[in-house]
Amino acid sequence: MSNRAEMIKMTGQAAVSAALFEAMEADPKVLVFGEDVADREGGGVMGTTRGLSTRFGDMRVRSTPIAEQAIIGAAIGAAMAGYKPVAEIMLMNFTTVAMDMIVNHAAKLRFMSGGQSQVPITIRTLTGAGFQTAGQHADHYEGWFCHTAGIKVVAPSSPADYKGLLLSCINDPDPCLFIETGKTLFAPGEVAADQGPIPLGKAKVVMPGSDVTLISYSSMMFACYSAAAELAEAGISAEVIDLRTISPWDKDTVLASVEKTGRAVVVHEAVRNFGPGAEIAATIQEELFGKLKAPVRRLGAPYCAVPFAKVLEDAFLVQPADVVACVKALMA
Amino acid sequence: MNQTTTNAATPDAAAQLDIFRRMIRIERNDDATRAQIRRGRITAPYYSARGQECIPATISNLLTDDDVICTIYRGIHDMVAKGMPLRPLWAEICGRVDGTCKGKGGPMHLTHAETGCMVTTGIVGSSMPIANGFAWASLLDGSKRVTIAYFGDGASNIGAFHEALNLASVWKLPVIFVCQNNGFAEHTRYENGTGCAQISQRAAGYGMPGYTVDGNDPFDLYAHAHEAIERARNGEGPTLLECKTFRFMGHVFGDADSYMTKEEKDAAIAVDPLPIYRQKLIDTGVATEDQLAALTTQTEAEVQDAIDFAMACEFPSVDELRRDVFAEEIPA
Repeated sequence: MSNRAEMIKMTGQAAVSAALFEAMEADPKVLVFGEDVADREGGGVMGTTRGLSTRFGDMRVRSTPIAEQAIIGAAIGAAMAGYKPVAEIMLMNFTTVAMDMIVNHAAKLRFMSGGQSQVPITIRTLTGAGFQTAGQHADHYEGWFCHTAGIKVVAPSSPADYKGLLLSCINDPDPCLFIETGKTLFAPGEVAADQGPIPLGKAKVVMPGSDVTLISYSSMMFACYSAAAELAEAGISAEVIDLRTISPWDKDTVLASVEKTGRAVVVHEAVRNFGPGAEIAATIQEELFGKLKAPVRRLGAPYCAVPFAKVLEDAFLVQPADVVACVKALMA
Repeated sequence: MNQTTTNAATPDAAAQLDIFRRMIRIERNDDATRAQIRRGRITAPYYSARGQECIPATISNLLTDDDVICTIYRGIHDMVAKGMPLRPLWAEICGRVDGTCKGKGGPMHLTHAETGCMVTTGIVGSSMPIANGFAWASLLDGSKRVTIAYFGDGASNIGAFHEALNLASVWKLPVIFVCQNNGFAEHTRYENGTGCAQISQRAAGYGMPGYTVDGNDPFDLYAHAHEAIERARNGEGPTLLECKTFRFMGHVFGDADSYMTKEEKDAAIAVDPLPIYRQKLIDTGVATEDQLAALTTQTEAEVQDAIDFAMACEFPSVDELRRDVFAEEIPA
């Protein structure tokens, strides 16, 4: 870029909306559908699809019955027939109702058909604790999907990434799960006026550092930023990496960073047991065993359902102080 | 069987002969498959559709290559009827690289895009939500293409059936839901698993026409399928066709049939639709004994050619494990 593009301050929600408008404008094969997404129903539970049906018509932007299997099934069939459906599953917990369609079909049909079928669908879904919605409206189930070969799992944390990664998902030839969270969706940030697609599978080193690598994604990026600032005051230099795509994940960027710092902490909102952090930590230890100055640590939610009471919810979520304490212990 | 259509269409002589040609192709192919399994030359679970030939043979006579079918693990008869070539079919059954899915799908998961055999699912009920997506694409394309979702009586009890029929009705999709009711859901007798006398009654709950048809009678099938397909092509929405039939070889080939009486099975085999229809064609002068015998011999030669071809094909390279997971090959 010779000239720095004009920067616009917007939320992740506005960035999602901008990406959908641009993608639908650019390609008549892009479709948007899900529960309440059309303007007649209010343009989506978070307003991210507001205006789309008025602009592009109610054949390309359709509200559906509350029927997640039917939603993902229709997305799969339309995708195989040449369309690029963006299907919204209102909340990540509701993906459980459509697991057969996502796991047995969307993710596998390319492989099982020997490459004849392709399923270029994007599933947008919202989740995240912190709003006292408790155990059936706030789970981070990305680990399940990362364990399923054939689907990409994407989790932006900044408005620019929301726009760029969503554009990439929509135009990717494979199924993508695009995870939005209440915390990241409404945090404002700078987005270039001409923000285009951001490649999938590429992490971003958000803050350079030399003593420890903090690896995270989605809402937990904010905990890492706060922790890094506090650690800096204590004279500890943290390098902060936003994975952006959780699967397939950017091993090269993560391993290069940890090789440099010698210490790594993986932070996610998902339950720690069998979470994505386990895969990342294991890979770091397999690849860099002799170069590590301390064991790789994982921070995640405890092994329980997302609780309701605020005091429990706060304890359930990894806090910046937890990250700081973890890093200080590694440095000791 | 018990409902009449408004404008009952009748197959002409050419159509009658074409239906027989498709039936004998299914039956000879099925017979050869069972023979190869008995001889130990194929090791795969096989769900024979012997006895159900009439249904897809008649419906396929009314379809073009552009029309789409989504079927299930007991679905090779549906694909053979639709026109899937036998060489790649057999190579797939034998797990060879020249199989229609490069040996990665097998007999329960065939796809052959050129003939519109788009999805074969091993999950009961899952053909229907995906069929809706193809049908939606037809509406968006402004094409007259119709989609057939084949499934069994057992699948009418799973949630996907209900979600899919409801969405198809609300969106007036050009899809025909064809239930091949063979009286048993795996080993469970119809009345012990299904809470209504006829599956076609369920159509009323979704605001679409539903018919119970004699699935062993090409004339009854033709009249109802013709009406349903015309309705779909004319933008008038979906239809549920329940086709009553019987499976002669149990659930999976080799099962002991202990869940049915010998008298019941013998009675069904006594009215095997294939010889009855064959005799009818001769009696009504549509074809001569010699013509039908020649057609059978010719079909047997085609099946034998496919078997010989398949057995001579190579097995897939293990590199195939890294291909078709995503569009882009996974590095070794």
